[in-house]
Amino acid sequence: MTNWIVWVPFLPLISAAILLLHPLLSSKVWPERVASTLACMVLVVGFLITVLVAVQLSAEGMNHYSVELAQWFSTGRFSVTFGFYIDALTLVMMFIITGVGALIHWFSSAYMTNDDGYTRYFAYLNLFVSAMLILVMADSLLLLYLGWEGVGLCSCLLIGFWYQDSRNGYAARKAFVVTRIGDTAMAIGLLLLFVHLGSLDIQLTMKNAVALWQQNDGWATLCALLLLGGAVGKSAQLPLQTWLPDAMAGPTPVSALIHAATMVTAGVYLIARTHVLFELSTIVMATVAAIGAMTALIAACSALVQTDIKRILAYSTMSQIGYMFYALGVGAWSVGIFHLMTHAFFKALLFLTAGLLITSLHHQQNIFHMGGLRQRMPVAFWSFIVGCSALAAVPMTSGFFSKEAILLKAYEAGGVDILWLMAVTAAFITSVYSFRIIFVVFAGDYTQSDEVQEKKAVALQWPLFILCALALMGGWLEPQLSTVFEPQPSVTLPGADTAEAEHLLLGIVLTAITLLGILIAYRIWGKGRARQMSQTLRPLQRWWFDGWGFDKLYDLLLVRPLLRLCYWNRFDIIDTVFTLLAEVSHFLHRQFSLTQNGSLRWYAVATAAGAALILLIMVLL
Amino acid sequence: MQAAAVSVPIEHSLLLASLLFAIGLFGVMARRNTVFILMSLELMLNAVALAFIAAGAHWQQTDGQIMFLLILTLAGAEVAVALALVLHSYRQHHSVDIDHLSDMRG
Repeated sequence: MTNWIVWVPFLPLISAAILLLHPLLSSKVWPERVASTLACMVLVVGFLITVLVAVQLSAEGMNHYSVELAQWFSTGRFSVTFGFYIDALTLVMMFIITGVGALIHWFSSAYMTNDDGYTRYFAYLNLFVSAMLILVMADSLLLLYLGWEGVGLCSCLLIGFWYQDSRNGYAARKAFVVTRIGDTAMAIGLLLLFVHLGSLDIQLTMKNAVALWQQNDGWATLCALLLLGGAVGKSAQLPLQTWLPDAMAGPTPVSALIHAATMVTAGVYLIARTHVLFELSTIVMATVAAIGAMTALIAACSALVQTDIKRILAYSTMSQIGYMFYALGVGAWSVGIFHLMTHAFFKALLFLTAGLLITSLHHQQNIFHMGGLRQRMPVAFWSFIVGCSALAAVPMTSGFFSKEAILLKAYEAGGVDILWLMAVTAAFITSVYSFRIIFVVFAGDYTQSDEVQEKKAVALQWPLFILCALALMGGWLEPQLSTVFEPQPSVTLPGADTAEAEHLLLGIVLTAITLLGILIAYRIWGKGRARQMSQTLRPLQRWWFDGWGFDKLYDLLLVRPLLRLCYWNRFDIIDTVFTLLAEVSHFLHRQFSLTQNGSLRWYAVATAAGAALILLIMVLL
Repeated sequence: MQAAAVSVPIEHSLLLASLLFAIGLFGVMARRNTVFILMSLELMLNAVALAFIAAGAHWQQTDGQIMFLLILTLAGAEVAVALALVLHSYRQHHSVDIDHLSDMRG
């Protein structure tokens, strides 16, 4: 029964293969309905299998379950098995990937209709899901890395899905190259782990790491830092965050699935999965927390001034993943995963709703060209209300529970320090920009000239309803991950009742901050149009709009020098040495071949002259 | 009764040999007719042979005459083969001009 779990990643893989290769099987183009039904069904089946396995595991009281499929390869003392390791953390990720993934597939079946690449789209999407499942289910770091690169590939393919526009191709390449920087660091980290610990099996490696390395051992710090590099690249955190806003070039459901709910959270998963290693190094933990808090704040500021609805959501995703990193950095592992889960719900909801808006408005993405859509688009309006409330942590929504838990754990770990204040500020800005979207897009009167109508397809609306329910109720679905992360050496200095009081106080503070943010958003944008920005704030606005100038900085520091170097070296300086060698011998060849002119009398002259020369030399010497 | 040996000084015979050799060499280099080239070659061989004879006479050694006989044989064999080749190439190319036989140029 539990063996069925191996089908969860393989079904989408088979489906992707069928969809990609179907022109070989039949000469006719398959109707859209066949492709989308196949793609959705494999995910629904995968979700059901996951549910059954989860129920069975908990009924049998098993904390984890591992299955070994095959020997992948074995050389010397290095052997890698193709096996899966299922525990509570994996199950949470699998629920998100198959569940939210199935909803997004369903939505896509209507969103992508009449697109030339319909079948290709679902093939890529299924391939992505398969790679992501392999990533979270892998029992060895190398298999995890396979899934890791697989999702990177699919992300690149789907960002550049509409490849006729060269800007989309640029965005795809940018995402690929920037994440590749992190992946390289991660690959080095894996090699170091293998050299020192003699294995890449995750559980064994973690056990060996604790046995071999002291707290704050240099090698442990280095390995954790390199793994962090991979996580930072994949999860679009400082300083490798620049690819995510551009990744919005892909179809909107792709942004929902890959760049909000699943792939970008792979970094969080990686750190949570190897948390034993990270706990060995205080410095790296502090780095994770600092990166998270800073990204949360910086991305929130950028989200505040964007005008493209998808870019707002992209920066918001960065900011929320920053929260997850912050939670991981202060050792609140299960809370970080809890926020990952709720974020998957409400951010998928927001992206899909944005997709509904965009497709209904003939691909208009600028929020200032929308306005007053409350009456015309009730489904989008209420979905946005729910999603933004969860994002802004309005009480009783799922986002409130997870965000409050993060802030509480962080407070318990470090009190009110600079990072904590940054996280709280980011929470405030988050509520401002969330309700900025709502006020700008939906409030006021409809002012645009052309008539718009909300699309009414079932597949465009029902996934939103389900995700609305999840975004509202997700707070009660907090996963029980204590079996994975073990009871931490928690700092239980304050007594139970004071902790309870702090809990309450923090809840009130967070609520107040959120409501204040909504109030401010109402004051500025509530009348349906933006107030004139004061002149002093203009440069700041532009700076934040460009994502704090990181793109320009990298362009100046890395891209331009590299291009200039390439320009200088366009004739390949190193290669000239070897070309010169060939040129010289070719030249000599041509000179000497002149003497072989086929004229016998010339040869006779040459022979005589040679003989005379030799005689002369003999006589003279 | 022995006739007074008319002794030709070696310088004279060597001078004659060199002269003949030079004429032959010039013929090889300058003529285009293959037959004439062969004749010039013969001349060069004979010049060398004369030098051997002269040297043999000067030092009263028989080696010079033996070498002369060898050269004579060599010249005969060479002419036999070379004339056959010339005949054959004439049939092929309808010409005995050596400059036309330049198919082997590099």
